[in-house]
Amino acid sequence: MTIATSGPDLDGTPQAELLDWLSDMLLIRRFEEVADELTLRGKVPGGMHAAIGQEAVAVGAVRGLRSDDIVSGTHRSHHHALAKGLPVGGVLAELFGKATGVVGGRGGSMHLADFERGMWGSNGIVGAGLGIAMGAALGQVVKGSDQVALGFFGDGGANTGRVWEFVNLAAVWKLPLIAVCENNVYAVETMSSQVTGGESVAARAAGFGLPSHQIDGQDVVAVYHAVREAAERGRSGGGPTFLELLTYRYRGHNSGEVIRYRTEDEVTRWRTSKDPIERFCARLTEQGLLDPDELDRRTSAAHAQVDDAVRFAEESPWPDPSTAAENVSAWTRSGR
Amino acid sequence: MAGPLHRRRERLRVDQERTMSADVSYSTAFQQGVREEMQRDKTVFVLGTDLFDRGGHFAQVKGLGDQFGRTRVRDSPISEAAMVAAGVGAALAGTRPLVDLNFMDFAYGAMDEIANQAAKLRYMWGSPVPLVIRATSGVAQGGAQHNNSLEPWFSGLPGLSVVSPYRPYDVKGLIKSALRGSDPVIFMMHKKLTGARGPVGDDTELVDIGSAHVARRGTDVTVVSYSYGVRLATQAAEALAQDGVSAEVIDLRTLYPLDTATIVESVRRTGRVVVVDEAPRYGGMAAEIVTSITESAFWYLDQPVHRVTGAHTPIPHSPALLDAILPTEADVVRAVRQVLADGPQEAR
Repeated sequence: MTIATSGPDLDGTPQAELLDWLSDMLLIRRFEEVADELTLRGKVPGGMHAAIGQEAVAVGAVRGLRSDDIVSGTHRSHHHALAKGLPVGGVLAELFGKATGVVGGRGGSMHLADFERGMWGSNGIVGAGLGIAMGAALGQVVKGSDQVALGFFGDGGANTGRVWEFVNLAAVWKLPLIAVCENNVYAVETMSSQVTGGESVAARAAGFGLPSHQIDGQDVVAVYHAVREAAERGRSGGGPTFLELLTYRYRGHNSGEVIRYRTEDEVTRWRTSKDPIERFCARLTEQGLLDPDELDRRTSAAHAQVDDAVRFAEESPWPDPSTAAENVSAWTRSGR
Repeated sequence: MAGPLHRRRERLRVDQERTMSADVSYSTAFQQGVREEMQRDKTVFVLGTDLFDRGGHFAQVKGLGDQFGRTRVRDSPISEAAMVAAGVGAALAGTRPLVDLNFMDFAYGAMDEIANQAAKLRYMWGSPVPLVIRATSGVAQGGAQHNNSLEPWFSGLPGLSVVSPYRPYDVKGLIKSALRGSDPVIFMMHKKLTGARGPVGDDTELVDIGSAHVARRGTDVTVVSYSYGVRLATQAAEALAQDGVSAEVIDLRTLYPLDTATIVESVRRTGRVVVVDEAPRYGGMAAEIVTSITESAFWYLDQPVHRVTGAHTPIPHSPALLDAILPTEADVVRAVRQVLADGPQEAR
């Protein structure tokens, strides 16, 4: 299967926004590094899953959508949420379990959501986020809206039955869904290629009768083009598209994990030759859109944003315990 | 799927009431309620298997396909996970999906979508999920995998409401309320009541979710039940009346939230209670009902509460075996006589 990468130039991208894409990627990288450290210091109850190395996937995908389009995530979704424009302080406060978190401390790292910004939840159940996106796409059809929905899942999710049941339903009903397999090589600690039959996830998806492509997920421009094309297709009634984005996570499955299932060498190879931020910087520099000073300014700005977020999360109050049983459903009276 | 069950459905009808011609069947009551809500609100739509042409395996949406078209009566692949996920996402999108699972047993195939998604999203994300999941429930025939009683499973999941009506009137009134609510409702319709007839309300009459109904007034004993159990309880009450026993029958209609006020008010008057539930005994709805009574009306009880339930078994195929594990009218009569007797009782 062909792996789609972008060409040498940046034709077809919104050039004025490219430096903002870079800023988003720098912010996500910094956020994840700091959040990982804070988790190890015991600040994040229940731990978290960092997506360091996967920044191009989130930024390219979200930039390929309209701002009112819908994204649903996985257990590893800080990058999706930040790319979707959720406030950095609100996301970090949510990880901390503070009242100012994006969902008031009810969700935590794996359950970030902001419906007004089109983030329809990150999901702790493998493959489940795709179902939310598929249903969201159906809702748009029933309402006659032209919004599309993009559902992320991982290479681990690609081996659950429900993912394919969702893809099939979207295909037969021609829903405006973009099913995105974020293939970061490992399903928790198992190399996905060792537990995945067939040529590739994308090849498997093609059997459901929808366009399916493998994309270089370290290339933000390639991801952007693939998602934009899929979104246009969905918006115009053309039905769903399947994308397998090939990427890599530098850290373990979760913070503090002792990694025995891969070599340091492997990580170093990805970091030195395929890092999505470095590749994008090189690209922008070649095109004369970025110089070292600009990069420094943007890097510092990202660090400052995350520093502010840490302060915000640290200083934020805990949720009021008397509200713990509220908002379960209209059918429930005060949690009893 | 349940070929044999469908073939036997006609036979079961013989066992079902047909009264005035103005009355409608349990299934038709559902269809009327859904149709009225689909006319009232264009975001209400139905999805499931075999709905458009056939109208569902119990005629529960018969005629709606022709009336509303394929965008609002959607035939889906046989994937309960995909059906419920589609409903959850569409509900989050601000529409009002009604997902039809045919048989409640098939909900096991969508347990994540129901339990981890639909039930929890308002709490986790502050976003309500106005989703109704309908299925046929209760024990009839069709064996161990078409007759599971999932009432306690779903009632035990914070975020869900569970409805299980007995009368056509309540079927219609409750589905209308469910389709106007903001949170997920599991709507269980007993197989043996499919063709049962009775009057229904007009398009403005709703039945509140969470409200029980006193099906029969009485003064000596309270018999609490729901769904098909209300028929056993009512028949038992009529038989007992001939011996001068005045039994009050409460039809719960909703299992979560449970209308304990109505139960307790009755128990405080009668002082004696029998709970009838055809589901397996252990950890069932009957246990929860008994506990609620004990918490709120213990000092009003003249005798321990009795349970008449199904056995703690899967459901067998053979009618001879089936009859041996399900509660009967005679079991209810016997239990009532026991709680009416004075003095200490042997535990059953």
